[in-house]
Amino acid sequence: MSLSINDVYKVARLARLGVTEQEAQTAHAQLLTIFSLIAEMQAVDTNGIAPMSHAQDITQRLREDVVTEHNQRELFQAAAPQIKKGLYLVPQVIE
Amino acid sequence: MQWEIVIGLEVHAQLSTSSKIFSGASTAFGAEPNTQACAVDLALPGVLPVLNRGAVERAIRFGLAVGAHIAQRSVFSRKNYFYPDLPKGYQISQFDLPIIGQGSLTIQVPTTTTGQTYKKVVRLTRAHLEEDAGKSLHEDFHGMTGIDLNRAGTPLLEIVSEPDMRSAAEAVSYAKMLHTLVRWIGICDGNMQEGSFRCDANVSVRRPGAELGTRREIKNLNSFRFLQQAIEYEAQWQIDTLENGGTIHQATVLFDSDKGETRAMRSKEDANDYRYFPDPDLLPLAIDNEWIEQVRGTLPELPLSKQARYIADLGLSVYDADTLTSSREMADFFEATLNEAPKEAKLCANWLMGDVSASLNREDRDITQCPISPQQLGGMLKRIADGTISNFAAKEVFKILWSNGGNPDTIIETKGLKQMSDVGAMEAMVDEIITANPVQVAEYRCGKEKVFGFFVGLAMKASKGKANPAQMNEILKRKLAG
Repeated sequence: MSLSINDVYKVARLARLGVTEQEAQTAHAQLLTIFSLIAEMQAVDTNGIAPMSHAQDITQRLREDVVTEHNQRELFQAAAPQIKKGLYLVPQVIE
Repeated sequence: MQWEIVIGLEVHAQLSTSSKIFSGASTAFGAEPNTQACAVDLALPGVLPVLNRGAVERAIRFGLAVGAHIAQRSVFSRKNYFYPDLPKGYQISQFDLPIIGQGSLTIQVPTTTTGQTYKKVVRLTRAHLEEDAGKSLHEDFHGMTGIDLNRAGTPLLEIVSEPDMRSAAEAVSYAKMLHTLVRWIGICDGNMQEGSFRCDANVSVRRPGAELGTRREIKNLNSFRFLQQAIEYEAQWQIDTLENGGTIHQATVLFDSDKGETRAMRSKEDANDYRYFPDPDLLPLAIDNEWIEQVRGTLPELPLSKQARYIADLGLSVYDADTLTSSREMADFFEATLNEAPKEAKLCANWLMGDVSASLNREDRDITQCPISPQQLGGMLKRIADGTISNFAAKEVFKILWSNGGNPDTIIETKGLKQMSDVGAMEAMVDEIITANPVQVAEYRCGKEKVFGFFVGLAMKASKGKANPAQMNEILKRKLAG
C-alpha cells in the first residue's frame, strides 16, 4: 500500500484543511508509518474472526422515544456570529 | 430500435417518532426555526448521540412487512461532507452493515386499459437508519443563507430498491405501494408536502438484453406526479442523447416542476467521496430474536394478505382488492361495512369505490371523515340485497344518510322508498304506458329493441323508482310483445 503526496493534498482538501508543503511532507511521512503498521496487521491470519466495528466489544444502549429537550434557542444563538428571524446566517450557498 | 428504461428508487421515509434519532429534541413539524434544535443537533462540543429505541422498532416493523432479513448486529457510519445545514460535518448513516437486508414488495401496475393491472415483484436491496439534515433558506438575507436546524437529526429510513422497474408507471406503483405500507404499519405519516416521504430515482436506458446503461439520479421528488413526469422526461432525454451519438455521464439532476424538465446540478469535485467509516460515538446496534418476535406480534394484517383474502374468499377482482387496500382506514371501513351485510362483498366494494368515494372526493374528505358510518352503509346495503329497496331508491337513502344521518330502515319507511312488488299495480302502469306511446310501441314491435330502455325509464318514473327492476322488466317484455 503506498500513499503519494497528492493523496495527502486530496485528503486535506476533503477535510477543508489548509496545509503548507512542509506540513504535507511531514504528514506524508507520518501516514506512511501508519500504513506500514496497517500492512503488518493485515498480514495476520484473521480467518473466522468477525470484524469489530468498535474498539469495545459491547453494544449500543438505547433511549426511550421521549422528548426531553426544551427550547434553548436564545442561549445557543448567543454564540452565533449572525442570526435573523431565528435562523443562523451563513455565507450564501447555492447549488 | 427499442430502448428499455431501467429505474431504481431510493425512498426516504421520515419515521414517526416523537423525538429525534440521536437526541431528545422534538420532531414536531412547523415549529419556529431552531426551537427544536438541541445541543446534540447543533453539534456543540462534547455532545454524544444516543439512539432512539422508537426509530429502531419502526425499522424492524418495516423489515418484517417486506419479508426482509433483520440484522442482529448493524453499525452506524459517518458520511462526511461539508454543508451549512449539517453542523457536524458528517451525517450519521449506515453503510456496509444496514439494519434491514434484502426484501421484496409486490405491486399492481395499472395498464392503459382502465381497471386492468398486472402484478410485479420489486426486490428491495436494503433499508437503513440515518439522520436528516437541517434546512437552508436562500431567500432575502442580503447574500446570506438562513439555516433552520429543527429538522436536523429527524430519523429517516432510507429504502433502496433494485433497478427492477421498467417504466415510470411501475416506479409510481412501487412508490405508492411503499407509501401505503409505511402508513399501514404506522411508521411514517406519509405527508409528502411536509417532506415525510421523498423519492430519488435512478434512471438509465439500454437496448433490451444489453448491460445496464449509465444512470443519472433525480433527487428529491416529493409527489407521485413529479416522479412520473421526471422519469419520463429524463428517459426521453437519455434516449435522444444516445440516438444523436452522445454519451450519458453519471450525474445528480434536479427536476424543475415548472418547466417539467430535469437539469444536472453543478457537479462538485469530490462530491461523492464521503469517506464513510464506523462512527466511534456509537456502538454496534444489537437486535435479538425476542425483540423481533415481539414487534411481529404487533403488526396488523398487511395489504397483500388482505388483497389475497378479498380475491380468494370474497370473490372480488384484483382491481377492487387493490383499491380497497389503498389504505388501512379504507380496508377497515370495508370490513366493518361487510360485517353488517355479510355475503355482499361486491355490493360493498361497488358502493365504497363508487358513491362513497365520489362523495368524499367532492367534499375533499378522506375515508376517516366519512359522515356515514360502516353500520349505516351496511344497513342500507342489506336492504338492497334483500330486495326491500332498489338501487335507484338506495341513492336517495344514501343522500339522506350523507347529509342528515339516521337509520336506513327508518328513512326507507318514512320516505316510502320500499320497492314495489305488487304485480297487479305494475301491470296497470305498463298498460297505461303502452296506450300513451303507440309510436314507440310500434317501433319496438318492428324490431327496434333499443326503444326498450325508453319504456324502462317511463316505468321506473311511474313507480317513483320503487318498482322491482327485474319484475318490471319481465312485465314490460311480456306486454310489449303484444
